[in-house]
Amino acid sequence: MATEDNEVEDPRPLVLIHNLPSFKLPLQDRLITHFRLFDSLASPEASSVRALICVGPTPVTADTLDHLPSLRLVVGSSAGLDHVDLAECRRRGIAVTNSGDAYSENVADYAVALLLDVLRRVSAADRFVRSGLWPQMGEYPLGCKLGGKRIGIVGLGSIGSEVAKRLVAFGCTVAYNSRNKKPSVMYPYYANVHDLAVNSDVLIVCCALTNETHHIINKDVLTALGREGVIINVGRGALVDEKELVQFLVQGEIGGAGLDVFENEPKVPKELFALDNVVLSPHLAVLTPESFEALNKVIIANLKAFFSNKPLLSPFQQE
Amino acid sequence: MATKEEQPQALENKEEPKEDGELPLVVVLRPKSFNLPLEDRLQSHFHLLDPNDSPDESIESFLSRRAHSARALLCVGLTPLTADTLCLLPSLELVVGSSAGVEHIDLHECRRRGITVTGASAAFSEDAADYAVALLIDVLRRISAADRFVRGRLWPVKGEHPLGFKLGGKRVGIVGLGNIGSQIAKRLVAFGCSIAYNSRKKKPSIPFPYHANVWDLAANSDVLIVCCALTEDTHHIINKDVMTALGKEGVIINVGRGPLVDEKELVQFLVRGEIGGAGLDVFENEPDVPKELFKLDNVVLSPHCAVVTLESFAALQDLVMANLKAFFSNKPLVSLVQNE
Repeated sequence: MATEDNEVEDPRPLVLIHNLPSFKLPLQDRLITHFRLFDSLASPEASSVRALICVGPTPVTADTLDHLPSLRLVVGSSAGLDHVDLAECRRRGIAVTNSGDAYSENVADYAVALLLDVLRRVSAADRFVRSGLWPQMGEYPLGCKLGGKRIGIVGLGSIGSEVAKRLVAFGCTVAYNSRNKKPSVMYPYYANVHDLAVNSDVLIVCCALTNETHHIINKDVLTALGREGVIINVGRGALVDEKELVQFLVQGEIGGAGLDVFENEPKVPKELFALDNVVLSPHLAVLTPESFEALNKVIIANLKAFFSNKPLLSPFQQE
Repeated sequence: MATKEEQPQALENKEEPKEDGELPLVVVLRPKSFNLPLEDRLQSHFHLLDPNDSPDESIESFLSRRAHSARALLCVGLTPLTADTLCLLPSLELVVGSSAGVEHIDLHECRRRGITVTGASAAFSEDAADYAVALLIDVLRRISAADRFVRGRLWPVKGEHPLGFKLGGKRVGIVGLGNIGSQIAKRLVAFGCSIAYNSRKKKPSIPFPYHANVWDLAANSDVLIVCCALTEDTHHIINKDVMTALGKEGVIINVGRGPLVDEKELVQFLVRGEIGGAGLDVFENEPDVPKELFKLDNVVLSPHCAVVTLESFAALQDLVMANLKAFFSNKPLVSLVQNE
């Protein structure tokens, strides 16, 4: 009867929650029905745990991995994985998954919203009204139409595809740059971002941050995009040479920018605060209650697949 | 064939400017302060009769004296065109409107006198639709509020910022499925929204569900987008009942006319948290905006600029010219006003 209870094995697989104190995993309590959780690298269980959930941008370094000799899977909770030493994981035979499609629609919505806001001056107009300027000044400056604009998508992954789908409905044309041309995609492909910029009115940056894509939007690309050009960044701050972008904006050498991410969050270059053709956002593009649910499903699906030796749902692939 | 040297003034391939006396008469009604960028283009094809050119004279006197045989009138901006004015224009057959709405034109009187009216919503519909969608995503995802948060230096200090709501899956109810409403629907479908509508009449060719009254539409929607014409029937069409039916999470977007919404009531609902949010480009007493709204983060405000782009003004000019030219060549008009 009762005396044997403590010898019954817990069937739930063991999973490490790896997170900085400032980052909580939303809906963590849902996971415990499926998995046995612990959260410290110092725990004795660290030596036997085979999977970890990496929360937010908490780094996974070679040092982290040294504490986890049995680790075979890193489950990321974000779309980007630049905080994970992917080369080291590969070297050790550790698979890595990201949030898959959980955020793609949310980020795509946000990217389109930022673009509309920059072109049509929505936030600037809202400021104009709230400051009581409308009765005084009467008219409001012209915006630019979205339809007909040539959109260049940098990184046509899950997010980039959703962005493209939406902008086509507004009457835009779409072209893209990715690491490789995608045979099943109808949009024109440019082998490098400079050429894409030359042929675009807008660049939307939604690729992964890697060694190769660091500052992929540089002075050269900004010049190629031109004085009327608009940049939207919903990827990672370091994809754009921020110092250079600020100069271009301040000097009026580019048309405008919508930025959800920055090189040194939460620091935002103060020169941008004075500009009406810039829309700023505190790294929110994924955040809705609906996306947490979706993320949860992806995390659980990946872990379950792993522990039953089935193919992972969203193994990380660079675009 | 004309070469560039022979006809330096020619604007289009096949047309030549006529002698001034032969140009058709077009009356232009515009507010004094309103410049008409279109004027140059118009003057090469038409003889314009503008009461503003004779400032010492009343409009009535000017029109009686000069416009007796004018067959067409261009109504600029929202200048009212009343029955009294129409009385002074016995030969009038065409009124060309230049704004998206035509509620400032006495349509009833025009109909009675057999005067055709053309509108300009076709020139503006895409830009208006873009703006309606922009307002909606802004309210749901709190774009402007986030921008204020960052500009107010709050990000490093305050850390977190409230979540927004996903757009996809929302049930969008479009009030008035005309040019603008259709363009809005097309865009929101790409975001994964479902669409239903209310119009004066059900439209057989439209696949979206129809609701015979706005209350039913509201009861079955998460969002209402108001883009219908302002008429006697649609005044305050969004009233307390409709807002209650829409519910506490509901969002209202108005890119039509301020009086389509009972503004006092809407402000109460917003202040008390009885509705989810609002994106408003138009107000009942522009440029006055209820100050209670300035404090709210779930409201996005804009100074009646949903159609204000370089491209839409260019399209408007083309449309006005096209209607006038068609009329004077006895060809079909381009954008007849039809009640939605």
